[in-house]
Amino acid sequence: VFQVTIHGRGGQGVVTAAEVLAGAAFAAGRYAQALPSFGAERMGAPVESRCRIDTAPIVTHQSAGAVDAALVQDATLLGALDLGLAGASLVILNTARTLAEVRSSCPDLPADRTVTVPADAIVAEHLGLPKPSIAMLGALAALVDIVTLDALCEVVAQRFPAAVADGNVAAAVAAHHWVAGGGRG
Amino acid sequence: VAEVVEGSRAVARVVALCRPQVVSAYPISPQTHIVEALAGAVGSGRLAGCEYVNAESELGAMSVAIGASAGGVRTYTATASQGLLAMVEAVYNAAGLNLPIVMTVANRALGAPLNIWNDQSDSLSQRDSGWLQLYAADVQEAADLHVQAYAVAERVSLPVMVCLDGFVLTHASEVVELPTQEQVDAFLPPFEPAWRLDVDRPTTIGTMAGPDSFTEARFLQFERQVAAADVVADVAARFAARFARASGGLVHRLAEPPGAGAPGPDETVVVAMGSVLGTLRVVADELRAAGTPVRLVGVCSYRPFPADALRAAVGDAGRIVVVDRAVSPGIGGVLAQDVRRVVDDGTARVRCVVAGLGGRDVTERSLRAAIVAGVAGELAPLTWLDLDRDLIGRAAAR
Repeated sequence: VFQVTIHGRGGQGVVTAAEVLAGAAFAAGRYAQALPSFGAERMGAPVESRCRIDTAPIVTHQSAGAVDAALVQDATLLGALDLGLAGASLVILNTARTLAEVRSSCPDLPADRTVTVPADAIVAEHLGLPKPSIAMLGALAALVDIVTLDALCEVVAQRFPAAVADGNVAAAVAAHHWVAGGGRG
Repeated sequence: VAEVVEGSRAVARVVALCRPQVVSAYPISPQTHIVEALAGAVGSGRLAGCEYVNAESELGAMSVAIGASAGGVRTYTATASQGLLAMVEAVYNAAGLNLPIVMTVANRALGAPLNIWNDQSDSLSQRDSGWLQLYAADVQEAADLHVQAYAVAERVSLPVMVCLDGFVLTHASEVVELPTQEQVDAFLPPFEPAWRLDVDRPTTIGTMAGPDSFTEARFLQFERQVAAADVVADVAARFAARFARASGGLVHRLAEPPGAGAPGPDETVVVAMGSVLGTLRVVADELRAAGTPVRLVGVCSYRPFPADALRAAVGDAGRIVVVDRAVSPGIGGVLAQDVRRVVDDGTARVRCVVAGLGGRDVTERSLRAAIVAGVAGELAPLTWLDLDRDLIGRAAAR
């Protein structure tokens, strides 16, 4: 089983991102489950969601588990909460800063397994909304083989109204290219 | 066609396929997505022939449901937690009046302290209300149980609660296969009430029953619910034949060795209800693969309580570990009490593990440790999983 955790704040699309990822993995012939963990239900509160992807049916309902990839949509969470990133095989962090700069205040971030992507700037340009979740999935698709950019874009196109879908697809493609092209990390 | 669907959306879509004529509800987390989706289906015309009543309270929602059902139409409502407590007076009346209402309970803890997260204290507090209670293990079963619930309710003239764990199932997206309208129509014919309130032929319902007849009314209610067990099993069997998947029924015998008979004295059987069954399945399969003789039995029909099916499923198992998602202060786990009543034979083989109260994650790791202790005969009669002794110490020191 491949497990992805998504960390962000209420309103950023954390829950939606896990559902979109599950849908894209399912479209590619895998079993998938999206399991959100809500805190207080309000904008800005920390929210976490977990997506499991497997070749066999997924029956567990625990929130815990290994982390093959962690997507951190909001870098301000890093100092405020223990996101369990030390054990993650891969961390994708939404930040315009360099990894060295971020690590100076967050030494727990694994130096050799963290990739940064300026998703806020990317969605500002392509989407015009402060919702980096789909762009982060685009970055993920560049780094792991459990989901493809095409499958993600297809689910996004089905799920959102045309204008929002187009902006998110463009943002996902841009984030994918940023990471695939080496970006910074 | 299989698809990935959020639990609440799956329930709402299947409820709509059951063609309810009145949906009456008051929103409360984590039930909200279900009634929002149904309100949308009625508002957009996708659910035709249905009146959606946005009630002023939960007591109002159940009272509307009672009126609608007594008027002879298929009726639906949903609630959770404090919302269920706020409707309790009418909940008992719906059962006493033999009305086949179906209600979804998105299981959530009861306050105080305030908590919006999952355990099963809310629906289990209505154990003695006279409603049937079916518990879903996953999103697929949550969807399927609603079709079965109407079939059972209308056959036995009793209301049915379909219980699914709040957030863990209501907000989880899983791979499910939802039936088509044609399939549901074929399985669930239009509701034809045995009687209805009718202005042209006036009758009175809910009259006073004095000491001369109240005991008999309760006796009949008891007998009716006990007899409903066969109907729950029959509807699940018909469903399995029609839809080619096992959902609902009295108990689920999970993690069984192929071709095995009833459990013997060397074996341990774990008993639980709801979404924790999937997590337990992972643990039990791992333990069995490593040579530990563990089986898993899921209770789907909590009321009527499946005494015979449960006795058969636990057989002569030397140890029975009940994982309980609700606790009765002063005695212990709620499910464990019923299991003890049915299977205890002076051997004191039942152990109760209270787990996952107020949304605490029930992890495979903690369950594994508890089961291993149970197999070894080292579990106390009542164990609180993952109890934070430091926190209790700090609270006591204040």
